Order: sequence, then structure tokens, then C-alpha cells
Amino acid sequence: MAQNPLPDPEAYTRMMAQAMDLPLEQADAAEVARNVALAFRLAASFMDYPLPDEAEPAAIFAAREQSHG
Amino acid sequence: MADWTKVPAHTIAAAVKSGEVSALAVTEAHLARIAALNPKLGAYTDVTADRARKAATAVDAKRARGEALGALAGVPFAVKNLFDVAGLSTRAGSKINRDHPPAKQDATLLARLEAADAVLLGALNMGEYAYDFTGRNVHDGPARNPHDTARMTGGSSSGSGAAAAAGLAALTLGSDTNGSIRVPSALCGLFGLKPTFGALSRAHTFPFVASLDHLGPMARSTLDLALAFDAMSGPDAADPVCWTDKPKPLLPEVDQGIRGLRIAVAGGYFRAMGHAEVFAAVDQAAKALGATDLVEWPEAARARAAAFIITMVEGGALHRERLKTRIADFDPEVRDRLVAGNLLPGSMVVQAHKFRRHYCGLVARLFKAHDVFLAPATPSTAPLIEQKTFVLDGQELPVRANLGLFTQPISFAGLPVVTTPMRAPNGLPLGVQVIAAPGREDYALRVAHALEKQGIAHSHVPEIA
Repeated sequence: MAQNPLPDPEAYTRMMAQAMDLPLEQADAAEVARNVALAFRLAASFMDYPLPDEAEPAAIFAAREQSHG
Repeated sequence: MADWTKVPAHTIAAAVKSGEVSALAVTEAHLARIAALNPKLGAYTDVTADRARKAATAVDAKRARGEALGALAGVPFAVKNLFDVAGLSTRAGSKINRDHPPAKQDATLLARLEAADAVLLGALNMGEYAYDFTGRNVHDGPARNPHDTARMTGGSSSGSGAAAAAGLAALTLGSDTNGSIRVPSALCGLFGLKPTFGALSRAHTFPFVASLDHLGPMARSTLDLALAFDAMSGPDAADPVCWTDKPKPLLPEVDQGIRGLRIAVAGGYFRAMGHAEVFAAVDQAAKALGATDLVEWPEAARARAAAFIITMVEGGALHRERLKTRIADFDPEVRDRLVAGNLLPGSMVVQAHKFRRHYCGLVARLFKAHDVFLAPATPSTAPLIEQKTFVLDGQELPVRANLGLFTQPISFAGLPVVTTPMRAPNGLPLGVQVIAAPGREDYALRVAHALEKQGIAHSHVPEIA
């Protein structure tokens, strides 16, 4: 991910909230944008983590695979 | 005469079985204490007094007929208000859900505790929709820490922490997605068990993040955790991640000692970003256990980041319809994070889940050389209720997001943890996480019990000021 993954979090937040049909005007838009920016910053730590192509997420996560039915 | 509100659950069960005290007398003592202290502590949102008296009377009648009593005979317990309780709306800490019709049946774990002759006292306060580490709730008011009522209980199982610590129940149930059993257990001076992911059924509870949600007990002794776990564990087709086999009972294991267990202190990430007293408590526990190895825990910061994203996105998706229709009825601090979770790209959460599987593999390798790891449960003792920030490692950071910084990387791998209560020099409680490999609740409990027997870990009901 880019060094600064979200240069304009408020514009991104407005656009996505409209696309997702969420009433951003009734929330604290600046606080939502701050949370979105934080999420992008945190995700940058693992988005480029080198995983093999065959790495797949578990459909249902099981900490103890052998006993999951 | 014993004050039955201040003794642990296993002592109550033994006394009820022997006839030293009736289940009804124990129940009445707890109901009286709730009436006296709940207005100050905000632990309960619903007290089911009639149901409790009826259940206690049934336990006493069973004994009078000479029938064998269950393992939790007469033990008063209460549940976080995201558990279904027949006849109550499952509010999950929210304003919105209290408009739901009353639950028609009890949560599986509640029913199993009652089948062991425990007595339900009511439902407990919690952070809205479990998205909280502080114990604040804008709708019901904060739960207050019995050790200092100006301070947080921690969350989101805030009422579960306050009630068990104050003697308003001998046993409580909470949920733990990222630390919500372990944080309040630590700040309120309790033993808390977050079992392995899948070990206990979550059926008939209001979810938060299905791929991370756990349920578990909080109490004032390790024996109580074992009794509760044994009563509650077992297959449940109503929860798709619940194991299909019943785990072996923990109670016979608790007092097996620590001989042969390889115990280490979790290093790296778990030795930074906390106040000195939390690391001193880990060192004190390690010394008492003869644990000298300090082992770097791999990728904990990335694990926490990935847990943060999964929580935001899955939690956001769960509440999207409510955000569209009733956004004004959310706690603003919860609302804005749930809205944000709906706006993140799908590839981000897919990568977080892929990383989770990789991380679990790294963590599994740790358990080839050690059986149990020790780590702090929280970065500090309980902050003041209105406190918004604290300083960790020279940085001023939000309390709400960071009280769980030591718990998130552990639950992300689904590992079983027993939080053990210790003391800071100022007398406030703090907790040490005793962490084991998946399915090894017995190891974690054996170590916690060893600390309890030595007096290093200790839980007591304080005088409430």
C-alpha cells in the first residue's frame, strides 16, 4: 500500500457513504473519516505482508481444526 | 455466620449441598446486596428476582427429596445483557435492541448453568454492542469499579466485572471479541476465562464479530472458572463453530500443579506500551512460577491491526441496516466506528483473514518449546471513568481503543487465556494473562491456580465506598 494510503479521508468517506447508502450527515463525518484513515494506516502494516498466492482465509475460522465438525 | 455474598462459587455450592445454607438464603443475600449497591455500581440492567427465588426454591426442594444436586448448586450468577434470557429483550447494551420482543428461550450457556443448579439473578450492563473496552454506556450509565467507584470497570463485559467483584453474583458470564472478558477481569480484580475459540457455544446471544466472538466465565477463584466451564461445555448444533466433541473436564486438572509445564514470558510487543506496574506483575508471577525464558511473540502488532480491521468491517456489516434506519439511537463513539467499517474495501478484510491464518501458524510454533506464556492483560490499572487518554511509552493515546492492546493479538489466534488478578503498588487490581495452546485450558488454569495457591494472584470483594 502507498506510504500515505488515504490522502483525503473526508472525500473518500463522503463518496463511500453515499455508495453504501449510509446517512453520514447524521453521524460525525469528521470522526468517521478519522476512523477510516486509522483503518487504512493500520491495514498498511499487513496489506503488503508477503503471503503465498495459495493462502486462503478460513471460511469458518477454527482454532482447533481437528475437532471442528 | 458466613457472608454468602463474599465467598467463591465453589464454597457456596459445597455449603448448599451439605445443607449448611439453603439456596434461597444465598439468593436472598445476593438480592439484598444488589438492591443496596446496584444504584451505585450500575452492574445490573435487569434483576430477575422472581425467577431467582423460584429456581433457588427448586434447588432446596431437590435436596429435601434426597436428590443429587448439580455442580453449581445454589450458585447465584448473572449474564452480560447480550445473552438471551427468556422474557427479557436482549439489549446488547443498546437503546435500539430494547425495542425487540422478549427472548423466547435462554442462551445455551445460561440453560446449562441452570441445569447444574445455578441460580440466575439477572442481566448485566455492557458497552453498546460490545464495541468497547471502557465500561461506559451512554444509555444505561457506566458500570463502576468496586475497587474505586470513580474508575472504569473495563469493557465491554463491564457489569460482569462489577457484579462479580462486588459480590452481587458469585459467577458472571461475559463475551470476549478482542478482550472484553480479560480487560474487566483485570481491572476489577477477577479471574476470567476466555476459552479457545469454539470451546463454548455462543447460541442465542447477540453477536458482534462472528469470527472473533468468544463467551466465558468471570469469578473470584480458578475453581469457579473450572466448575462453570465444565457445566457449560459440550456440542451445540445451534452454534456452527462450537466443537462437536465435549472438552475434557477442567476441575480434576486445576490442582495438578505446574510440574512439567514449560512457562515463558511473552516478550517483544508484550514488554512495551504499558505502565511499569503491569510488567512488574508479570515478572512477579514469572518469578513465583520459576519461569525465566523471555520469548519474542511474533507479529503481534500486525495481528492487532488485522483484528481491528475485521472487527470494524464485520461489526459494521452486522449493523448496517440499523445505521441506515436508527443512526440517531447509537452511542456516537460506537456509531462512527461502525459507519467507518462499512466504508472499507473488501480486499482489506480478506487480507486480514489471510494474515490471521498465517499468524496462527507462527503462534503454533511457539508452543513447540513452551506450554504457557505470561503477558499483561491491560497496559495500566483502571483509568478514571471520564478519562479519554493515557500515556503509554511517551505517547498520549485514547483509552478506549488501547485498553485491549495486549488482549487483541491473543484472541486473534483463538488461544485460551486465564486472566489472573494481581495488585499494583497503589492497591488497584491489574491482571496477568496466562496463555496456552488451543484446547489447553487445563494448562492455563493449572498455572493460574498455582499463583492463587501461593497468594500471588488473589480476588476479594472490597468494601464499597
